Amino acid sequence: MTWTSPLELVRDALRGQRARDKDLRSLVSNLPYEGLEKGKQPNRYFPGNAIKTTKYSLLLFIPVNLFEQFHRLANIYFVGLAILNFIPVVNAFQPEVALIPICVIMSLTALKDAWEDFRRYQSDRKLNNMPCFIYSRREKQYMGRHWKDVQVGDFVKVFCNEIIPADLLLLHTSDTNSVCLVEMSNLDGETNLKQRRAMSGLCNTDPEFEPESFNSIVVCEKPNNNLNHFKCFVEKPDKEKVGAGIESLLLRGCTVRNTDHAVGFVVFAGHETKSMLNNNGPRYKRSKLERKLNIDVIFCVILLFAMCLVGAVGHYSWLQALPGVPPYLVPDSSGHLNSPSLSGFYMFFTMIILLQVLIPISLYLSIELVKIGQIFFINNDVDMYDPDTNSRVQCKSLNITEDLGQIEYIFSDKTGTLTENKMVYRRCSVMGTEYPHKDNAIRLAVLEGEETEEDVIFDQKPQPTKTTRSLDGSLEGNNFVDTRQHHRGRRRRKLSRSASTDVAFSSELETEVVPDRMLLQQLSRAQSSSGSGMIDPYLDFFLALTICNTVVVSMATAQRQRPAAASDNLSYEAESPDEAALVHAAKAYGFILLARTPDSVTVRLPSGKELVFELLATLTFDSTRKRMSVLVRHPITKEYVLYTKGADYAIMELLGTPYAERLSGNQKNIAADTQHHLDCYAKEGLRTLCFTKKVVSEKLYESWSVNRQRALAAIENREELVMDSAVELETNLSLLGATGIEDRLQESVPDTIVALREAGIQVWVLTGDKTETAVNIGYACRLLEEEDLVINMSCKNKLLCTSLLDCTLEEVRRYSADPRNVDTTPDISLVIDGRTLTMALESDLRDRFLELAKCCRSVLCCRVTPLQKSRVVKVVREKLKVMTLAVGDGANDVNMIQAADVGVGISGQEGMQAVMASDFSISHFKHLRKLLLVHGHWCYTRLANMIIYFFYKNVAYVNLLFWYQFFCGFSGTAMIDYWLMIFFNLFFTSLPPIMFGIMDKDVSAEVLLGVPELYRTGQGAGEYKFSTFWVSMLDAFYQSLVCFFIPYLAYKDSDIDVFTFGTPLNTISLFTILLHLSIEIKAWTWVHWVVMLGSVAMYFIVTLAYSGICITCNPPSNPYWILQSQMADPMFYLLCIITTVVALLPRYMFHVLRNSIAPSPLLQARQLDRMDPCAREQWIKEWRSFRGSRGVKCSRFSTPSSSNLESPVDIYPQSPTVSDMGDEFTLNVLTDSCERTLHT
Amino acid sequence: MMASSYNAKEEDGHHSGAANHGGAGAVKSKKPDNTAFKQQRLPAWQPILTAGTVLPAFFVIGLIFIPIGIGLYVSSNNIKEFEIDYTGVDISNPCYVCAKNFSWNSTTPCHCSVNFTLTQPFESNVFMYYGLSNFYQNHRRYVKSRDDSQLNGDHSALAYPSKECEPYRTSEGLPIAPCGAIANSLFNDTLELYYIDLNGTRNEIPLVKKGIAWWTDKHVKFRNPGGNNNLTVAFRGTSKPVNWRKPVYELDSTDLENNGFINEDFIVWMRTAALPTFRKLYRIIQKKSSTTPTLPSGQYILDINYNYPVLSFDGRKRMILSTISWMGGKNPFLGIAYITVGSICFFLGVVLLIIHHKYDTRNNSADIPN
Repeated sequence: MTWTSPLELVRDALRGQRARDKDLRSLVSNLPYEGLEKGKQPNRYFPGNAIKTTKYSLLLFIPVNLFEQFHRLANIYFVGLAILNFIPVVNAFQPEVALIPICVIMSLTALKDAWEDFRRYQSDRKLNNMPCFIYSRREKQYMGRHWKDVQVGDFVKVFCNEIIPADLLLLHTSDTNSVCLVEMSNLDGETNLKQRRAMSGLCNTDPEFEPESFNSIVVCEKPNNNLNHFKCFVEKPDKEKVGAGIESLLLRGCTVRNTDHAVGFVVFAGHETKSMLNNNGPRYKRSKLERKLNIDVIFCVILLFAMCLVGAVGHYSWLQALPGVPPYLVPDSSGHLNSPSLSGFYMFFTMIILLQVLIPISLYLSIELVKIGQIFFINNDVDMYDPDTNSRVQCKSLNITEDLGQIEYIFSDKTGTLTENKMVYRRCSVMGTEYPHKDNAIRLAVLEGEETEEDVIFDQKPQPTKTTRSLDGSLEGNNFVDTRQHHRGRRRRKLSRSASTDVAFSSELETEVVPDRMLLQQLSRAQSSSGSGMIDPYLDFFLALTICNTVVVSMATAQRQRPAAASDNLSYEAESPDEAALVHAAKAYGFILLARTPDSVTVRLPSGKELVFELLATLTFDSTRKRMSVLVRHPITKEYVLYTKGADYAIMELLGTPYAERLSGNQKNIAADTQHHLDCYAKEGLRTLCFTKKVVSEKLYESWSVNRQRALAAIENREELVMDSAVELETNLSLLGATGIEDRLQESVPDTIVALREAGIQVWVLTGDKTETAVNIGYACRLLEEEDLVINMSCKNKLLCTSLLDCTLEEVRRYSADPRNVDTTPDISLVIDGRTLTMALESDLRDRFLELAKCCRSVLCCRVTPLQKSRVVKVVREKLKVMTLAVGDGANDVNMIQAADVGVGISGQEGMQAVMASDFSISHFKHLRKLLLVHGHWCYTRLANMIIYFFYKNVAYVNLLFWYQFFCGFSGTAMIDYWLMIFFNLFFTSLPPIMFGIMDKDVSAEVLLGVPELYRTGQGAGEYKFSTFWVSMLDAFYQSLVCFFIPYLAYKDSDIDVFTFGTPLNTISLFTILLHLSIEIKAWTWVHWVVMLGSVAMYFIVTLAYSGICITCNPPSNPYWILQSQMADPMFYLLCIITTVVALLPRYMFHVLRNSIAPSPLLQARQLDRMDPCAREQWIKEWRSFRGSRGVKCSRFSTPSSSNLESPVDIYPQSPTVSDMGDEFTLNVLTDSCERTLHT
Repeated sequence: MMASSYNAKEEDGHHSGAANHGGAGAVKSKKPDNTAFKQQRLPAWQPILTAGTVLPAFFVIGLIFIPIGIGLYVSSNNIKEFEIDYTGVDISNPCYVCAKNFSWNSTTPCHCSVNFTLTQPFESNVFMYYGLSNFYQNHRRYVKSRDDSQLNGDHSALAYPSKECEPYRTSEGLPIAPCGAIANSLFNDTLELYYIDLNGTRNEIPLVKKGIAWWTDKHVKFRNPGGNNNLTVAFRGTSKPVNWRKPVYELDSTDLENNGFINEDFIVWMRTAALPTFRKLYRIIQKKSSTTPTLPSGQYILDINYNYPVLSFDGRKRMILSTISWMGGKNPFLGIAYITVGSICFFLGVVLLIIHHKYDTRNNSADIPN
C-alpha cells in the first residue's frame, strides 16, 4: 500500500462525488484493470454491491442513538428538568435520582432500536454473502464470489432460478433469441414473467460470450427508483451508439426463469440499485388522536405552569407573612436568607421539577407499546387471513391503528378492489353484429353454482407460492403424455385443491369459453370464402385478439415451475388479466397463440395452419393514449398490419374508413352499431375494448421506423418521443369489433359496502371506467340502491357545470327541506365524470361541490385519472376536515392511497405498488369490514380510553404533592419517597393501562359486525373529546383532593411524621388509580386479573422490601420500617378503605346512572353481548327489521344471515336501470342472474 | 352467524395444508393460530354497571360502614384528652414574661408554672405530648437538613457531615454532631407535672422517658459512634449544634444510656412532623394500679423550663395529656366520615332502587339509537 497525500485523498473524494452526481455516467469494463490497486480502478467512485441498512455501528451506537432520541421534544423536556434538578437552589430531589426515569425510558428505547438494528444487520449479512459468479480475467472463467464482491463494471453470470445480485445490463443469454425471462414479484409483486432482451449488436454474434472482448463504454443515467424506466446507451469503440432501456436491464432481486444462464454488465450496485432505492422503511404518520393528544399535552403544560405559579406566589406570600426568622427556615451555607421574592422565583422551578409527572412522561412510550400490541392482534386475526395467497393483514404504518376507528369517508378504486380483477370473456361484437355467447353465459352460471358449493371461486389467486413447486413431479410427468391425461391430472388437482388455488386463470370457469354458435358459423364461412387470403374482418378480429397483446407463452416443460393451465402445455403469462382472458377467448375459436419472441408471434389458425408473424413494433399501453398497438408483417399477404386495441373513446375518434364498407359494400354504419353495443356492455357492467386494424404501406413504415429508432435511442424526453411516434402511426384505423369482459365482484362486496354505510361511512368510488359500467357496478355492489335519487353530473363546459351544480344543490336542499321527507333520509347519490370533476374541484366551485357531496349518500366518480383521484381525496380531507381512507390495488391508486389519512392496499392481481404505498394491506375488500368495524373500533376506544386514563392518572397522583404544598409553606416538599414515586409510575401503575390499551374489549366482534352503527361512536371527535379530557381532569382533581384531605383530617394534630403521612397517601392513591381503571375495564380476562393483582402485590412487596432494607439510603426520606409500622396500624386500613370509596363514588355513580337512565349504544351492545349467541342473533334481526319499518333505511339484504358470507358474489339488484339513466334495456343474461338471486 | 364461516375457513386451510405435505419446499402457512388469546376471544367477565347490578354493593357498603363509623366514634369519644397552651401570648399567661424576653441566645433558663384542673380522671396510661403550631418541620430544606449516616454512627459522616447540613455543618472549624437544622432546632423545654392533692401538697408525677421513640429508630436507625462506652471520647473533635447548650452526649444527665444520638427526645424530634401543627410524644405516665386512676381529677401544676422561643414565627406551644385507644389518639373525624359515607351509600342505594324500578326493566327491549 503506497502512501497517498491527504490532499490527494480529498481531491479523489471530491472527484468521486462529482462522478456520482453527474446526470450521465460512463462505465467501462473492470477487466483490463483487474488486480490493480483501488486508485487505478476506473469505476472506483461508484459504490460496491455490499449493502448496509443498519442505522448504527457498534462504536457509534450510543451517541447516534442519543442524538436520534433527542429529536423528540418530550425527551428534551425531561432532560432539561433533570439538569434543572442539578442546580442547588431549585432542586426538589436528589439530583442523581431525578435522572432515573429519563434514563430508564431512553435506555428502553435504545434497547428496542438496537434490537431492530441487529435484525437489519443480520439480514444484510445474509444478503451480502449470497453466492454469485463474477468473471475473472486471470482465471479466464467465472469465479464463485459473494454478492458483496460485485463491483460496477464487473461481468456477472446468473443461472436459472437464481436471484440477480445487482442491476445488470443484459449482454448475453443462453436463449437463441437473446431473451431472458425474469420474475419480478419480489419487486413489484406482478407474478407474470417479464421478457428482457440482451443488448443487440455487442457481443452476441459469437456463440460464447467473451467478456474480455467488451471494450465499449456504457453511458447510463443517474440511479433512480423507477422500476419501469431506465435510460442508457452503449458507445462502441467505433463511436456507434446503441440505445437500451429497461427491457435490457436485469434488476437486483429478480429471479431468472426459463433461461439457462445470462451474463450482464453491472451498471448499478448495492444501494444504487433500483430495488434498494425503492426500499423505504416503515412510514411514520401521525394519527388524529395523537394530534389531539398533543393539544392536551399543551393544556397539561399550561396547567403545570399555573400550579407552579400558585406554588411560587404561595411561597412568596408565606415568607412575607412570617414575622421573624423561624428556626425551620434554613439559610444557605453563608447563613444568608433569600428575599421572599427571589425564593418565590426559585420555587417556581422547584415546583416544575416536583410536579413534572403532570406531563405524562411515559405516555408516548406506552402508546408505542400499546400500538405494537394492537398490531399484533390485527395481524393475528384469522378472519382476515387469506388462505389462497397465504397472506395476513399487514400493518405497514405502525402508529395509526386508531385512525381505523374514525373513518368517515372511504374512497375506493373499482377494478381489483370491489371486483376481483379476474376477467371472464362474456360477449363480443364483430363488424357491428352482436354475439351474445348465450351458451357461455349459461355455462358460467352453472359452473358458478357448482363451484360456489366447493368454495373454489374465491380461492383462485395467482400468487405463485412455492406450494406449486411441490407438485412439479407429477405435473412434469403429465406433460409428456397427451392432453387427455393432463385433464385427468387437473381434475385430480382440483380435488386436492391446492394447485388449482395457486394458479392464475387455471380454472375452467375463467379460461374456457364456449364459442357462440353463430359466430363459429360466421367464422367458418369467412374462412372458406377468403381462402388463404386472410383478409376477412372476422379472421382479422380474432387475429387481433391473439396478437395484439404482450402475453408471454411459457411451456410447462420449461424450467419455470408452474403447472400449465391450458391444453397443449401452453401457459399464458399476461400483464393484465384482460389480455389473458382475450387470448383464451381467441383460443376457444381456434386461434391459438403458440409463441411470442421479441421478433415474432406464432399463431395456430383453426385450420391447423401455423402462421409466424414478424413482430415489427409493440406500441405499449400508456394511460394517456389508453390503447396499445402491435405492428406485424403478415406472413402471407406480406402487408404491414397494425392491430390496435383500446378503450372505446380512445379508439373511436381515430377511426378512418370503415373496413366493411370497402369490403362488402354493406352500408350499415359499423361504428355506430358497435358503439351501441359498447354502451349496452357498459350498462351490463362489462369492461369494453375496441379492436381495430390498419394496413400500413411499406413507404410509411420505412419513414416511421426511422423516427421510431431515433425516439428509442433518445436519452432525453424519451417517453414523449416514443409516445409521439406511436400516436403518429395510430391514425385512420378501421374498426373490427369490440369485446365485453366481465370483471366479477369480489366476495361479500355488497355486504361490506352496506355495512360500511350503516356504520356512517360515506363511500366514494373512483374509477377509470365508463360511467355506464361504473353505475352498473355501483348497483351491483349496492353502492347505489334502486330507490335512490341518482344525480348524474356530466357537462362539457364550466358555465354549464356551475349552473348544474347550483340547480342540483337547490334541488337537494328543497328535497331535504320538504316536510314529507323529514323522516326519511334522502338517499341521494351522485355520479360525476372526470371532466366535470375537474371543473367542480376548481377553487370557485369546490365548496358548492363539497356541499352537494355531503348531502349524498354515495358518490361515484368515473373516468378519473390517478391524479384526480388523489385530488378528490385531498380536497375532501382538507375542506371537510374528515378522516379519509383510500383503498385500492393498482399503481393508479398509489396517489390516492398516499393522500388519504389511512391508505389501504389490496394485494390483488395488479402488483404490489399500492400495497407498498399503503398503511395497511389486506387481500380482499371484504376484510375492510372487520378491519374497520371491529379492529378500528377496538383500537380507537382502547387507545382513547388509555390516553385519557393516563392523563388522569398523572394528574391525580401529582396533585397529592400539590395539595401538600399548602401545608408546608409551598416549599416543594414531597411527602412520598422519591424512589417510590418513580416506581409508582414506572412499575406499579404502568402495566395496567398498557394492558388496558391492548386487550380491553368493550363489545365483541360479532356484535360490532352485526350492528355496524356502533362504529359511529368513534367518528368525529369520538370518545376522546375535549370535554372528556376536562371531565377526567376534574375527576382527577376531585380524587386527589379526597385522597389528600381525608388522611389529612384523620392525621391532623397528631404526631405523624412526613413520610409516615406519605405512605398511606401513596397506597390510597395506588388503590384509587387501579380501581378507577377497573371501573373502565369492560371485560376481565385472566390477563387483566393477573396484571391488576400483580401490580398491587408488586407495590406491597417492593415497598415492604425497600422500607425493610433501606436504613440510611436516600436521605432525607428514611423509609425504614414505615410501611411495616403503618400496616400494623388499623387506622391505615380504615383510611385506605374509606378514601378509596369516597374518591371513586362519583365516577362509579356517574357510570351507573348513565348506564341506567340513558344507556349509550355501546352499553346496549354490551348487554347484547351477554345474551347467548342465538338470542343475540335473533335480537339483531328483530332490531334491524324494526329499524327498517321506520323507513330510515329500507334494505332487503341488510339482515345478516349465515348464508350471506358464503353466498355467491354477484347479487344483482333486480333491475339495473334507473329512470335517470334513460334507456330501458334488458338483457337475457341479466334476467338469468336475477332469477338466480331470487332462488338463493 | 359467524360460526359457519369460521368453520368453512378452517376446513379450507386444513385441506391446503394437507396437500402441501408432499413437496420438499412446502411453504409455512402464515395462517394465524386460532387460539382464544390471539383471536381476542378469551373468556371474560363483563360487568355492566347498572342500577340493578350495583344496588347490593351500595347497601352492603352502607351496612358495613355505619357500624364501623359508630365504633370509631365511640372509641374516639372514650379517649380523654387535655390540652393547655403555655406559649404566653397573653399577659395573663404565667409564661408571658418568659415568652417576651426569651431568645435563642439567652443563657439563663426561664421558669414558669401553669395551673390547670382535670375534671375527669384519666384511667389508663397517659401520654404526655408537647404540641407546636405553625412550626413548619416539613419545609423542604429543613427536612433535608440532616445526615442520616452520621446519626447511624458512621465515623466518616461524623467527621465530615453531609453537605445537606449546611449551614449547620461546621461550627468554628469543627463538624457539628448532630449536624443540620433539625437537630439545631431541637425542642428543649422541659416539662414537669405536679398533682396538687386535697392537702395542697405538690406530688410530682413520675414521667417515663423511655419508649417514646419508635423501637426501630432507637435500635437500628440511630446509633452512637463507636458503641455506647464513653461518649465523650466518641464525640471528640465535634462541636455541639449552635443553638444547643449541652453537647449531644450530655443530653440526659439522669440516664447515661439515653445520651448521644440515641437520646429518645432527640429521636422523636428528628422524626419531622408532616403538618405544621403537630404534637410529639414527650413522656408517658404509667398506670400504677388498677384501683386508682393514673391521673385523678383535680388540680395540677405544669412546671416549664421555658427554653424554646416560638413567637418569632407566630408559633404556639401546648402540653397535651391524652389516653390512647387501638386507633391512636382522639380524632372523631374518621368515625364521622364512616357514618356519613355509609349513610350516603345507603341513601344512594335507595335512589338506585327507584331508578332500577323505573328504567332497568326496559333494558331488555331497548334499541340502539342511531
